Amino acid sequence: MNDPKYTGQEFKVVGTRVKRPDGLDKVTGRARYGADMSAPGQLVGLMLRSPHAHARIKKIDASKAEKLAGVKAVITSADLPDLTGGNSGLYDTLENCMARDRALYDGHAVAGVAAIDRTTAKKALKLIKVTYEKLPHVTDVDEALNDDAPIVQPRYAQDGRHGNLINKGEFGHGDIDKGFAEADVIVERSYKTGQTHQGYIEPHACLASVSPDGTGELWVTTQGHFAYRNNCAQLLGMDIAKLKVTSSEIGGGFGGKTHVWMEPIALALSRKANRPVKMVMSREEVFKASGPTCSTSMDIKIGAKKDGTIVAARAECRYMNGAFPGMWGTLGGMTAFACYNIANNKAIGVNVLCNRPKVAAYRAPSAPMMAFGVESTIDQLAKELGTDPVELRLKNVAKEGTLAPYGPVWGPIGIEPTLEAVRDHPHMRAKLGKNQGRGVACGFWFNIGGQTCSDLNIGPDGTVNLTVGTIDVGGARASLALIAAEELGIAYEDVRTNIGDTSSLGHNDTTEGSRGTFSSGMATIFAARKAIDVLKERAAKMWQIPVEAVTWEDGSAHAVGNEHDNLSPLTLKDIAKKAGNTGGPIAGHHEATADGAGVSFASHIVDVEVDPETGKTTILRYTVVQDAGKAIHPDYVEGQFQGAAAQGIGWALNEEYIYGEDGRLQNGAFLDYRMPVCSDLPSIDTKILEIPNPSHPYGIRGVGETSIVPPLGAIGNAVSNAVGVRMYEVPMSPPRILKALDDASA
Amino acid sequence: MAGVHVTTTINNDPVEYVCPADESLLDVLRDNLGLTGVKEGCGTGDCGACSVTLDGQLVCACLVLGAEAEGRTITTVEGMADGEKLHPLQEQFINNAALQCGICTPGFLIAAKALLDENLSPTETEIRYALAGNLCRCTGYDKIVKAVQAAAKDLRKQNKKKK
Repeated sequence: MNDPKYTGQEFKVVGTRVKRPDGLDKVTGRARYGADMSAPGQLVGLMLRSPHAHARIKKIDASKAEKLAGVKAVITSADLPDLTGGNSGLYDTLENCMARDRALYDGHAVAGVAAIDRTTAKKALKLIKVTYEKLPHVTDVDEALNDDAPIVQPRYAQDGRHGNLINKGEFGHGDIDKGFAEADVIVERSYKTGQTHQGYIEPHACLASVSPDGTGELWVTTQGHFAYRNNCAQLLGMDIAKLKVTSSEIGGGFGGKTHVWMEPIALALSRKANRPVKMVMSREEVFKASGPTCSTSMDIKIGAKKDGTIVAARAECRYMNGAFPGMWGTLGGMTAFACYNIANNKAIGVNVLCNRPKVAAYRAPSAPMMAFGVESTIDQLAKELGTDPVELRLKNVAKEGTLAPYGPVWGPIGIEPTLEAVRDHPHMRAKLGKNQGRGVACGFWFNIGGQTCSDLNIGPDGTVNLTVGTIDVGGARASLALIAAEELGIAYEDVRTNIGDTSSLGHNDTTEGSRGTFSSGMATIFAARKAIDVLKERAAKMWQIPVEAVTWEDGSAHAVGNEHDNLSPLTLKDIAKKAGNTGGPIAGHHEATADGAGVSFASHIVDVEVDPETGKTTILRYTVVQDAGKAIHPDYVEGQFQGAAAQGIGWALNEEYIYGEDGRLQNGAFLDYRMPVCSDLPSIDTKILEIPNPSHPYGIRGVGETSIVPPLGAIGNAVSNAVGVRMYEVPMSPPRILKALDDASA
Repeated sequence: MAGVHVTTTINNDPVEYVCPADESLLDVLRDNLGLTGVKEGCGTGDCGACSVTLDGQLVCACLVLGAEAEGRTITTVEGMADGEKLHPLQEQFINNAALQCGICTPGFLIAAKALLDENLSPTETEIRYALAGNLCRCTGYDKIVKAVQAAAKDLRKQNKKKK
């Protein structure tokens, strides 16, 4: 019954474009996000942040702030003892939430205040006197590896390697020296990508309440309320079961709401003040002190035979992790050559520390940068070989049975079909004008499964509550209701999906890695099948026949066998109505670690026009082709493709963190950190391919992330084709393009 | 700081409040009046999540002082539906899947309404420029534009019937 294998079943409601259940609340302003909750007697919490990129904290004098009328609590690291028990990742989180002996980046929290109102809290921040000793800093990933670079985290420094070099993840197979020796053409280039932010419109916000008996509640905007609960409880010495975390509606996350930032401090302030504390980050705080993605610097080398067979490829990419180590380089190394079948390949992802905020996941984290380098190099290789870049990709494309660079042998995968769809798309034959160019690029993302626990409860009227523990970031409640309706054979409108709080379900992993619909979808299918078993038992009881003589079809129990000919089917509603007399409430439950997440591939086409006078690039036309496995709700699959492409476009053309010589962020506002607006973009066309994931009953693969991977490379290739200059750095902002044009004409 | 007494009209209701002279209209709406459908994304007028109309003019509530509302007429997302009947824009945002996380949706609805109140037959380009003051990070704007086009069509039909 719990076999996750794909069965190829025909669907009745899955795949239809139903209205999302949270739509009404969201168009009327009724939906409640992180900052929309209040509690009686709540205080306003604010954070004091370091103005220095790197400084020793010699002394914090909060006595004047504590004496200010209306101030109820002040917290510094002295109030946060190290309870991490040698868990270095958890200690990093503790130190990131509040600086201990040193401030490690511009915006690093050094003290927190809770007061009766915002005005008082602001005054209190000004009264806290911090004595800093400024230390040398480094914010550039290459400079951080210089011999004389300041060491960001001495505790991670080990003999024999640079103190800022945390580790290298190395992947691939074959012998690249031998491969390059066989190559007729070799292209070797270096690239850089700027640091970008997920740019969710809703700042981090929470309402924390801790009682003297050690119980607590946290209302918070998060992608993973269970992870937040576990982290906060561990950091503050609370019992996990006594901290109830409720996820608000989430106003965008894209990976940035997978970690705790100020939430443990809000709880600590509440505990100290014995009052609820609400904390909402300003946009500047979001930029400076949440978790943007890595900036990178990389070297890519690819060699091919004259016939276009790629025989060797090497990538080394240095990922700027911020002030705390992550696995970003490792992920990047795994993705580098995943789209291709290359006999000899090696990809190295290097994790490097800098005095910038702790990096968090950003939609297919680490893959877009590596793809920028690889896809740009492949186009240059095609040029040297005198072949079509799409044909070159197809000639070397990974297929079922290809050994993936990071170890597995691919099952059925979608990269070749997406490339073929690109090759055959009318977009590829549309005419281009002066200063216009077209580019194509590919992308890969793993997707993950993970721990999931869902509850399905059938009410006395036969309507169904589906409770899941994965946050809905993009329409999952609609998709999961479709799945429950499909299994039970009832109408979509009869299922209501809710996100349970941490006290109502077992642990659920965070909604990341495009796992929400994959894993909760699987749990929903099996929970529904368990409920059907109960429904069959109850029907058997109502009919007084053996349960073996009952089948479930189209939302009804049927009695099989000639002797039961007189029994007309019992609908789910008929059985639910009698539940009180046949054994009580009817429910299905499923918990599991969902394995078998299906890898996902995409290929994109973009047309651009570059203004040679200003260097401004305009996106004229954009087409996304991606394998979804199975599109449960096609509207929201398209929405994921379009949103991911738009974020990639912003990354490619405009968005980047700009640090001054002083190590401080110079553009921590939407005015200066410019994300695409409506008039910047054309309509983004989408084509959904469905190559079923063999390890999911419905064939579902994650769909949320992959399409942020190709845009950087696709746009770089398009710009090169438009104006004949190759861009080696993103964002390809107007000044960078003008400089490249000037350099080319010089 | 002494409070300012303000008498104003919000979503057709007479409203009175006292606010500090330096308090933004956004904070007044959200914190004093409980109209949390008006969202704060930046506080600097760059994201449009707090879009409201002030005497029919589209503004960012974070750039207006609460005190400036004296004697004016304000419309927020909470005032768009007519009882149970949604505004065609609200209806079409749902039908066209024009929202994902939904945090920007109230601002987009208000900005789109301000456009359609002026121009019931906007071109795609006009729609894109009219909404350029609102940031959406989820959708890539495609389905938002389609929803506004569909709502404009509905409103044109309604107007024809009225005539």
